Amino acid sequence: MKRKFLNSALAVVVAGSILLPGLALAEDGVTPGQFTANNVWMMLAAGLVFIMHLGFATLESGLTRAKNTTNILFKNTFIVSAGILTYALMGFNLMYPGDFSLGSFFGFAGFGIATDAAGNTPAYASGGYTYWTDFLFQAMFAATCATIVSGAVAERVKLSAFMIFSIIFVALVYPILGSWKWGGGWLDAMGFYDFAGSTLVHSVGGWGALAGAWLLGPRIGKYVKGQMNPIPGSNMPMAAIGVFLLWLGWFGFNGGSVLSADPELTSFTLVTTCLAASAGAIAAMFTSWFAFGKPDLSMALNGILAGLVGITAGADTVGIASSVVIGVVAGAIVVGSVIFFDKIKIDDPVGAISVHLVCGIWGTLAVGIFSTNPEHSLWVQAVGVVAYGVFAFGSALAIFGVLKVTMGIRVTEGEELEGLDLAEHGGHAYDLAGPTSILESVTSASPAVGRPTTTLAEERA
Amino acid sequence: MKKIEAIIKPFKLDDVKNALGEIGVEGMTVSEVRGFGRQRGHTEMYRGAEYVVEFHPKVKIELVVTDDQAEKVTRAVCDAAGTNKIGDGKIFVFSVVDAIRIRTGERGDAALA
Repeated sequence: MKRKFLNSALAVVVAGSILLPGLALAEDGVTPGQFTANNVWMMLAAGLVFIMHLGFATLESGLTRAKNTTNILFKNTFIVSAGILTYALMGFNLMYPGDFSLGSFFGFAGFGIATDAAGNTPAYASGGYTYWTDFLFQAMFAATCATIVSGAVAERVKLSAFMIFSIIFVALVYPILGSWKWGGGWLDAMGFYDFAGSTLVHSVGGWGALAGAWLLGPRIGKYVKGQMNPIPGSNMPMAAIGVFLLWLGWFGFNGGSVLSADPELTSFTLVTTCLAASAGAIAAMFTSWFAFGKPDLSMALNGILAGLVGITAGADTVGIASSVVIGVVAGAIVVGSVIFFDKIKIDDPVGAISVHLVCGIWGTLAVGIFSTNPEHSLWVQAVGVVAYGVFAFGSALAIFGVLKVTMGIRVTEGEELEGLDLAEHGGHAYDLAGPTSILESVTSASPAVGRPTTTLAEERA
Repeated sequence: MKKIEAIIKPFKLDDVKNALGEIGVEGMTVSEVRGFGRQRGHTEMYRGAEYVVEFHPKVKIELVVTDDQAEKVTRAVCDAAGTNKIGDGKIFVFSVVDAIRIRTGERGDAALA
């Protein structure tokens, strides 16, 4: 009897010591296993948002001319690199200051990123992710905002001016404006809602794009004698690949904005996201078919993005049918918007303003119309739209304006005509010369010693 | 010797090459060019705006043949490259001063054989 009892007791102790740690509730009702799962999903989401930079790079390269491709890629490379660094230096702590020092408008938690031990436990964010994951995920968003501007100013912006603009925009404007909602500022207190950044990321980027495109002026040859001359993109496969990469990235952009791996919320959000993207594509296809007589591929691609931007404000809080409606409306208005901006002679090579600004505003207002949460109101959403419009557009105008009168923001006419690849980077992205490149590949390796050469500057003089 | 320059529609290149091979002409040089004659440009559409593309892609075939071959060659090209529509192209015939085979130094008709 005693042995049986001892064996049972031993069994219970052994079983308990194996099972109990798994059952142990750490803090906030999250087990260590759930904490790991949440964090893994959030890190994956950060990687997916990073893929959007690959998408932007290829999309912009595809919709612009081959003579400017190196320049476009260089700008995209710079933005993500500088964006992550400045976000670590100051952006993260401007966006999430903890305490606000100027009303609920401005706060700064200090330079640099660092955390105590608690930052890497479930205590940090209700078990959703660690401090480091939080930083990285948000850093990817910051860089996305700046890269929206690069498409609208492509093919004529001066590289150095653009680099300065984007540093200031990512380091200061984006995080300060973002703190008003995601950092717990005044708009958050008002009940304004932006799930994953239709306003905070896309419309802010869109306002910057509008300011840049407007102050820069159109590309040479775009509007001649009252006529709008299209400047077709150089590589449609790249454009399509870019858009699909962006769609893939949105799985992380919206899926990760749940801020945990919550099965119901993440899976539902991904569905509304994909429904809106699909609806946007179809709507744009048929709108462009009706408007132009032929279905336009670049418009269909813009339609996908329009739907994605449109659903981004409310992907977790609108219904299935609503997500489709949001996508359809976004797809239709993006086509109209592209035509509109061309009519008022704002030259936007990739449609960034129409996709990100116009559909970002639509997505934000759509929350007020379609949200299943009774606390969301159209009025408050509109207040947010106006507030961000005034400050994002205003700051972008100010930065570009100062740069315009000091160092200039546009390349010279000669540089624009010969292509920014040669003018700003001294080399082509593609073998544009054709047959003569055979000659270049044979002679280029020979040393220039003793042979007279002219510099690009001399040739252009 | 005569130089024959034929500007034809690109998709006709294979037919012309085969037709020339049948009459014993094996060598030619081909380049991609753009041009127009009476063939008007066509309208394309991009993002809601129409634009006219005036220069059509064409293929230029250049070959140098002996004087007695010239008439056969031009007739063969016309038959093979024609589609009875505007834009079929044109053939130009030039006199050649000399021809040299680089490998052997042969000149004149011997260089063409």
